[in-house]
Amino acid sequence: MSHSFTATRNSCKLCMPLGAVMVVKGIASAMPFLHGSQGCSTYIRRYMISHFRDPVDIASSNFSESSAVFGGGSNLLTGLRNIIAQYNPRLIGIATTCLAETIGDDVSGILRTFEKELGPDGPVIVHVATPSYSGSHEEGFRRAVRAVVEKVAAKSAGVPQEKRVNVFPAIFSPDDLRYLKDIFFDFGLQAAFLPDYSDTLDGKAWSEYELIPKGGIGVDEIRSFPAAKASITFGAVTARMGLLTGAAYLKDSFNVAAHFIASPIGLRASDEMFDLLKSLSGIETPTRYSDERGRLVDAYVDGHKYVYGKKAVIYGEEDLVVGLVSFLSEIGMVPVVAASGGKSGLLKEEIARVNLCAHEPKVADGADFASITDHARKLKPDIIIGSSKGYSLAKELKVPLVRVGFPVHDRIGAARILSCGYKGALSLYDSVVNALLDSKQNSSSIGYGYL
Amino acid sequence: MADFKVLTARQGQIDDAGNNDFVMACERHSLAGSISQRACVFCGSRVVLYPIADALHLIHGPIGCAAYTWDIRGSLSSGENLHRMSFCTDLQEKDVVFGGADKLYKSLVELIDYYKPKAAFVYSTCIVGLIGDDIEAVARRVEKEKSISVIPVYSEGFKGTKKDGYSAACAALGRLVGTGETKNIPEMSINILGDFNLAGETWIIRDYYKEMGINVAATITGDGKVDEIRACHGASLNVVQCSGSMSSLARMMQDKYGIPYIRVSYFGIEDMAQALYDVANHFNSREALEKAKGIVKRESDLIMPYLRACRRDLTGKKAAIYVGGAFKAFSLVRALKFLGMCTILAGCQTGNSQDYEQLKAICDPGTVIIDDANALELAKFVKEKDADLLIGGVKERPIAYKLGVAFCDHNHERKEPLAGFLGMKNFAREVYGSVMSPVWNFVPRRAGVIKRGQL
Repeated sequence: MSHSFTATRNSCKLCMPLGAVMVVKGIASAMPFLHGSQGCSTYIRRYMISHFRDPVDIASSNFSESSAVFGGGSNLLTGLRNIIAQYNPRLIGIATTCLAETIGDDVSGILRTFEKELGPDGPVIVHVATPSYSGSHEEGFRRAVRAVVEKVAAKSAGVPQEKRVNVFPAIFSPDDLRYLKDIFFDFGLQAAFLPDYSDTLDGKAWSEYELIPKGGIGVDEIRSFPAAKASITFGAVTARMGLLTGAAYLKDSFNVAAHFIASPIGLRASDEMFDLLKSLSGIETPTRYSDERGRLVDAYVDGHKYVYGKKAVIYGEEDLVVGLVSFLSEIGMVPVVAASGGKSGLLKEEIARVNLCAHEPKVADGADFASITDHARKLKPDIIIGSSKGYSLAKELKVPLVRVGFPVHDRIGAARILSCGYKGALSLYDSVVNALLDSKQNSSSIGYGYL
Repeated sequence: MADFKVLTARQGQIDDAGNNDFVMACERHSLAGSISQRACVFCGSRVVLYPIADALHLIHGPIGCAAYTWDIRGSLSSGENLHRMSFCTDLQEKDVVFGGADKLYKSLVELIDYYKPKAAFVYSTCIVGLIGDDIEAVARRVEKEKSISVIPVYSEGFKGTKKDGYSAACAALGRLVGTGETKNIPEMSINILGDFNLAGETWIIRDYYKEMGINVAATITGDGKVDEIRACHGASLNVVQCSGSMSSLARMMQDKYGIPYIRVSYFGIEDMAQALYDVANHFNSREALEKAKGIVKRESDLIMPYLRACRRDLTGKKAAIYVGGAFKAFSLVRALKFLGMCTILAGCQTGNSQDYEQLKAICDPGTVIIDDANALELAKFVKEKDADLLIGGVKERPIAYKLGVAFCDHNHERKEPLAGFLGMKNFAREVYGSVMSPVWNFVPRRAGVIKRGQL
């Protein structure tokens, strides 16, 4: 008997402001600021701290009843002044929540006046509209990237530079970002990542309290985006968003070549990235990476019999899900459910393009965990792959959960989960194969010592 | 060196000068731009009602409010586990334009048909407060059609502070209380209010009372059950922990049903013992009092050797406390003293001026007392006062860790019971294990101060 539900049951997406916060956290000396109720910022802080296990300060204009009636302008200004007084940030990224968006505050107008008051030495103020009723955190992330680029990229950024590239990652882990930065560097490219929260959300032990954790792309680097030779945007679904991306803005306004590629998850998607880097840099893939690729293929062979035909349920942001289908299907596994809380309408198509498996997965966009669970109960997967929010499903079905993506609230080291590039694919591969072996070992009474 | 500035508008909420005439300017809306550790009205309501496991909790609003509160507390249930699911009308742009009442109606009907809850709570969020959906009308309609209580919770995030959310939750509970049959409830019965059964804490407390011969009519809301709440006016005493969250329900029951209430805390040996004695004394029962003394003796004897051992290493260590409610802070100051530790900072999110006076009175002179602290203020005082330990929740944890300071989670996510006598032992173990950990030897701010625990 099948039931349909109007309500969302155990959401598989988060709200837009969270995505915007992640982008602002990836800019040096920047402070995310939510124009809305106090709870929006506090909840998102707690959610992100539980994943990254590092400080996540997010300011709020903290609406009161009178701000909802008479407008939130004065709270916004008080909040901005207090943030500047305490933190002295170089950039403030303001995301307007559903509350502020609905009462119709003229935030842009208020900010224009405020910027005049601040003068040229004041912090850069970026505004992005993120009413959570019009999209998921993945869209909030994209919108914030676009808003930052539009606001900060300077009209006169100087002469184009052959080795410079702008990189717009999908929602990757800090370890992914560090690794990708290494790769670009080893190709002799000067890559500037927006966002780059590899240090700000996965910092070292401090010797002094840092008001705003160190790291992130500098405002000046964003300012000179138009001088880059090219922009690279990751994410198969993001690639289809055209006008909504930061790279499209740079292309249209400054004629910076825009390359859109899938998130480099798995061998083929990584190959695609390395091919692009070869052509942009004019040099061959450095040995370190061709070796990594060789080891990855070797491992694919070593483990292929353990994984062939194993059924997986996967979920997460749309870009991540496409990447995981690409990876799992190339090692012989069968993605049976590919679900996302996002609903661009493009997921099915993008999955079809990368899926090497003859079997077509149940593609569920706009999905929630209760519906994913319903599908999974029928399809009897061998493994679940996605954020820690699939734990109860894995427990119910008595199958392993391989944690990847955001959030991971029940393990340490979420910031260090590597899934990009050859090394990321290898790490993901080892986790998946070993989880399946572990499950086989544990469910047998014999206790095999060799597998 | 980090330049910690305290905002001028916050100075009335920080008592750090040792001035005897200081009166805390508390119970205020948080200052915009001060990165408060508080959440919103919705949060207050959601945490209070969350543990009622056989009710449907439907959040009428955008997805964030529901996603961030999915399975958020470690509240255990002896029956249904519906509270661990997160239901949301997930309002979309068209709902905001044309109203979300229809979507709410459909959502409720379908969920009630499928999950068959004993009651349904509908939480109103910011956006619903703005677009003005008549959730009362929808609730009444569904109530009639489905024959279960459907109760709106007026928890629009911007309409006050977390404390107003507590009151909204109590008002919602008030609509259930008094609707059940009380004839089987014995005379010597209490309700446990304001314990949320984190890691089974309510059960620990309930068992002590049972052993004293006291019947527990309802636990609100830890391991809460709709039918018990309906009939809880049959009890003759409300025993209220966590003064902030449940006092308005206790006052309402006093006014309406003449049921008196006492305030207690279950943290620390002294407070736990007092909570048992106070109930025995309320009933004027010599037998219950003797049993209570027996419990206190037996349980203390079990844990004292361990506590004494902890005290050897912990004596003189300095703690900072920043928690939700003042009552918990009082208990923690006493429990830390018991372990030989002193408190150099004590604050909470929802205290009133009497609470802060009392807090100041039980702390050593020079202790910083703070209301609605922001992240930087906590970092500043933890550093300046050179705390060895911070007690708080997940949001406070990185402040401690980045400063090379030990941490004890005393918030609603914890998975270890810290209440009761057994809880005191767990608390000591947590504090000891963090304060005495060898890892601090390697943290830049602490390096060189080699220390080694004996346990």
